[in-house]
Amino acid sequence: MSTKLMALWAWFDARMPSVAQEYKKHLSEYYAPKNFNFWYYFGSLAMFVLVIQIISGIWLTMSYKPDAALAFGSVEYIMRDVPGGWIIRYIHSTGASAFFLVVYLHMFRAMLYGSYKTPRELIWIFGVLIYFCLMGEAFFGYLLPWGQMSYWGAQVIVNLFGTVPFIGPDLAVWIRGDYVVSDATLNRFFALHVIALPLALLGLVVVHLLALHDVGSNNPDGVEIKKLKDANGKPLDGIPFHPYYTVKDIVGAVFFLAVFCTILFFAPEMGGYFLEYNNFVPADPLVTPAHIAPVWYFTPYYSILRAVPPLFYSQFPGVLAMGLAVVVLFFLPWLDRSPVKSIRYRGPYYKIALGVFVVTFLVLGYLGTVPTNAWGQFGPWLGEAERATVVARIGTVLYFLFFILMPWYTARDSVKPVPERVTS
Amino acid sequence: MSDAKKPDKTRRNLIVATAAVGGAAGAGAAVPFVASWFPSERAKAAGAPIEVDISTLVPGELGIYEWRGKPVWVFRRDKGMLESIRKDDSRVADPNSEIPQQPPYAKNEYRAIKEDIMVVVGVCTHLGCSPKEKSAEAKAEMGADWQGGFYCPCHGSKFDYAGRVYKGVPAPTNLEVPPYTYLSESKILIGDDKKGA
Repeated sequence: MSTKLMALWAWFDARMPSVAQEYKKHLSEYYAPKNFNFWYYFGSLAMFVLVIQIISGIWLTMSYKPDAALAFGSVEYIMRDVPGGWIIRYIHSTGASAFFLVVYLHMFRAMLYGSYKTPRELIWIFGVLIYFCLMGEAFFGYLLPWGQMSYWGAQVIVNLFGTVPFIGPDLAVWIRGDYVVSDATLNRFFALHVIALPLALLGLVVVHLLALHDVGSNNPDGVEIKKLKDANGKPLDGIPFHPYYTVKDIVGAVFFLAVFCTILFFAPEMGGYFLEYNNFVPADPLVTPAHIAPVWYFTPYYSILRAVPPLFYSQFPGVLAMGLAVVVLFFLPWLDRSPVKSIRYRGPYYKIALGVFVVTFLVLGYLGTVPTNAWGQFGPWLGEAERATVVARIGTVLYFLFFILMPWYTARDSVKPVPERVTS
Repeated sequence: MSDAKKPDKTRRNLIVATAAVGGAAGAGAAVPFVASWFPSERAKAAGAPIEVDISTLVPGELGIYEWRGKPVWVFRRDKGMLESIRKDDSRVADPNSEIPQQPPYAKNEYRAIKEDIMVVVGVCTHLGCSPKEKSAEAKAEMGADWQGGFYCPCHGSKFDYAGRVYKGVPAPTNLEVPPYTYLSESKILIGDDKKGA
């Protein structure tokens, strides 16, 4: 660095030393375990996708009109007339699916290596809150193109609140600002999507990272690297995040972008899974599309909603089950009683349970994309029940059993001894 | 010595009082923000009742009218359809309309003021999709014992020609009958049941 630049930095540093301090604390002297593997890409990738979504989102608002009469047309205007508009919109819509994919893999990583266990419970809780925000973002954002699927999807989800006993109908009217999903609904969802939730999301990402950097990262061995330090007080198994992991994460980002761009250029609709075909038809309150399904990332929960039969003439139990399916994630750190963190040192019970859970989640996810009569009916000996509904019910039970039985099977599981230091 | 460590009572009370007043002010300030999410006066005005002319409706014809942004069905049932309603009694969840999904004057076998004219809100009681009419001829699709009625494409709920929900489907209740009244032989008012209101 030239002396002039050095002098400028010295001037700046004397007046705002916190910049250098924070840079050291979070990057150049943040010691992360040296044995991070493939699964550790998804945290930084989630941040990367967040940046992609914020930038493409800001540009979309420059041409989008949050008005029931103009919204659909303005999206088509972005797609056809605005220079670069089509790619910005496809970046944003593909980014939404990429965000969920990356976050699901990030959460699965935590379940593989017990990253939510003591002392990282707060990191996990902030993470689940981020996931909630993300679901809100996806839901509010999906109404904005004002297509048939936007409209009827919002109708179904807002009516979920209408099933709450006593206050339900009033609550649904309050959320919509009208007796039906209308211009008032669109306008407020726009406000929530572009300002309220992104602010909350950014705040949560900050506390997620602050909490992480206070206790330090977990690793595939589930070993606390802070227990063994060298003469300078640096963890023996730690390496500075920058440059070691910034470089590694750039490789991950490049690989991610290769996949992302392939989808962006060759299959932005992903055969109807990322952008549903019915959403290319303007919203019509008097015509329901033949088959309403949410976008793929919500389908496991949608399956749970459909699987639970009504009770006392109310479909609230289904709504409750769907809500609980997400809320139960908060309790994971306390449900898991295993003395070890990583799956590498856990016994067969947890491995089987996690395997069944993953398969269940995928099956429920698939079933949520198809009508309940997709697999036909059982014969009269089973009351002609729909096969897909029965499978979804079994899946729903398995989903909850994974959590409910967790204190039991994790405590009784046979575990292997955990090494002192990370393995290579 | 011990006095210096004890909190000053007057100061403590002041802090509590300030916090309480501040909290009340915060809660008060939230009122307009919460209130602004309720329907505006314009939205409320748009929810006014509508008049429908039924003289042109032939038997078996379904008229769809918009009331409060929801599709209201006015359906003239033929003899066969009325018969199918009687046959469906054992297969529907609430044959006698015990659950208050209709005004008292529609709590009867056909869930209507006049037996051939059905007026219901065409919104599935499960999660608000709009069911489609499937006549008795759609047996191939709906099952051999299908008598005709309405089918919700979203989650597969079934209703008969009186808007009564079948047993074992996601929808928990019969279709809602809105308040309505006959202004004359051929005109009905939907959304209000007091004439000239």
